[in-house]
Amino acid sequence: MIGRALLALSALALLAFLVAPGPFAPLFQPFTRNNAPAIYTQTSLLSLTLSHLAIVAVAVAASTIVGLVLAVLVTRKAGREFLPLARTVTAVGQTFPPVAVLALSVPVMGFGTGPTLVALFLYGLLPVFENALAGLTGQPPQVAEAARGMGLTPRQRLWQIDLPLALPLLLAGMRLTAVISLGTATIGSTVAARTLGEVIIAGLLSSNTAFVLQGGLVVGILAVLIHHGFGALERRAGRRMGLA
Amino acid sequence: MIEIRNLTRLYGRTAVVDDVSLTVDSGQLLVLVGTSGSGKTTLLRMINRLVEPSAGRVLIDGVDTATLPAHLLRRRIGYAIQGHGLFPHRTVAQNIATVPRLLGWPRAQIDARVDELLHLFQLDPAVFRDRMPHQLSGGQAQRVGVARALAAKPDLLLMDEPFGALDPLIRAKAQADLKEIQRRLGTTLILVTHDMAEAVALGDRIAVMDKGRLLQDDTPATILTDPATPFVRDLIGTSDRALRLLSLTPVAALATPGEAPGPAIAPDASGRDALAECLWSGRAALPVEGGGIVTLDTLRAQASQR
Ligand SMILES: Nc1ncnc2c1ncn2[C@@H]1O[C@H](COP(=O)(O)OP(=O)(O)OP(=O)(O)O)[C@@H](O)[C@H]1O
Ligand SMILES: [Mg+2]
Repeated sequence: MIGRALLALSALALLAFLVAPGPFAPLFQPFTRNNAPAIYTQTSLLSLTLSHLAIVAVAVAASTIVGLVLAVLVTRKAGREFLPLARTVTAVGQTFPPVAVLALSVPVMGFGTGPTLVALFLYGLLPVFENALAGLTGQPPQVAEAARGMGLTPRQRLWQIDLPLALPLLLAGMRLTAVISLGTATIGSTVAARTLGEVIIAGLLSSNTAFVLQGGLVVGILAVLIHHGFGALERRAGRRMGLA
Repeated sequence: MIEIRNLTRLYGRTAVVDDVSLTVDSGQLLVLVGTSGSGKTTLLRMINRLVEPSAGRVLIDGVDTATLPAHLLRRRIGYAIQGHGLFPHRTVAQNIATVPRLLGWPRAQIDARVDELLHLFQLDPAVFRDRMPHQLSGGQAQRVGVARALAAKPDLLLMDEPFGALDPLIRAKAQADLKEIQRRLGTTLILVTHDMAEAVALGDRIAVMDKGRLLQDDTPATILTDPATPFVRDLIGTSDRALRLLSLTPVAALATPGEAPGPAIAPDASGRDALAECLWSGRAALPVEGGGIVTLDTLRAQASQR
């Protein structure tokens, strides 16, 4: 209960700050030196936040679609032999540093949003893939037996049984991916993607801790809110089946 | 009619089902018994092709099941699996409706069928229709599993220990209901159980399996009085064989003319019930409802036949 009130409060505070950051200046003033501005005004914080969220949303959607399709393919009879390969690919996607992905894709794609999307997509593939895999393979054997025994075709089993049962775990994977991407997206600003990283980098370049702090805070609060949003969805999906 | 011809299933080099041949006539109830791991489930699963046989054939009404698409075959065969296997994300009603929906029954007909089956298995539709499987007791879940197998009124039913989790009262009722449904609809039923009393009470025939082989396939009375091998004799148990035998015969068949004092016994009660009543009330003969008596001597003679 208290947790939910705190969440609502931080959501409101965040919204107020993004819409009208001016009144919050006194809070950040102590972190500036030499009368530097306390609030980043180069670009509207609201539009940066929206652009940041949009990039994360597209990247998470792409990771989810590809991760899920991959998980479905390697759990079908014909695709089973590709499981180790898929595992390796997604694991490499996770271990390869996003900064390096940016550096490698800029020469190909140019500056802007593209390289950031690629970096986030690769980085976020593993949690979705592994969770979808666990969801698709973790169902009780009797359920699969009953589904086959009733005469569901493989496609009907996938849509009517396997995917609905995997949903809670898939949502958990999406939650991880979204939270990771939210933080990682900040580095996109080094290659001119419009993200909240812009505020942080501006703070670093001008030694203005207030900028770094407000960029970090906005990202942090967004991450907490999204984490809880997905958590609520997961619980709803799980409770129906008696999981939670 | 279902004909199982020389059915064999190998896992590695072991024959889990070993050259089993069996014929079950239409409308017959065959009970399959045997120790754990003797291949009962595997045999059932070869009938609806959840397991492909290594050798042999299964014919249903003369048609080789291997020639049919597996999923269409399975929609025609009711299957209650060992451990109910309900779909956890679907309500009781949706679970029961699975096969009728696959077969494209109209909505109203499906709803009516679901309620009918819930009633039949002593589950109030108003209470249970919209429950999720995790909100059921083990016995309730098992009954829903059986209802699901019956939903589309299949001609052939396969049941793998369908009543294992039921208490004796509900179990007896569920057995009686199942037998009644099976009689009324003329369903051919193959049922696996570990409970010999259940096998004797339900089976038109009892088939005994051990280590993948079919040892004996006979009427309950023959299995009891004339077990083919020592294994069969041990499995059915020798201690209460006499009582089992009595439980097979209705009082009506044992009645003789005469008069006896005290409360009467129903003609469709079993000889075993009559014996229990004689012993409990200290009488040497009981009147039978509708005329005649059943005597302790008749019961004794019936129990010691061989
Ligand atoms: N997929 C499989 N791979 C290897 N061995 C198997 C497989 N399925 C079953 N078996 C073996 O086949 C034998 C028969 O199994 P089955 O399930 O048919 O026994 P059952 O008679 O139904 O036993 P229970 O009464 O315990 O249910 C067992 O020894 C089992 O270990
Ligand atoms: Mg079994």
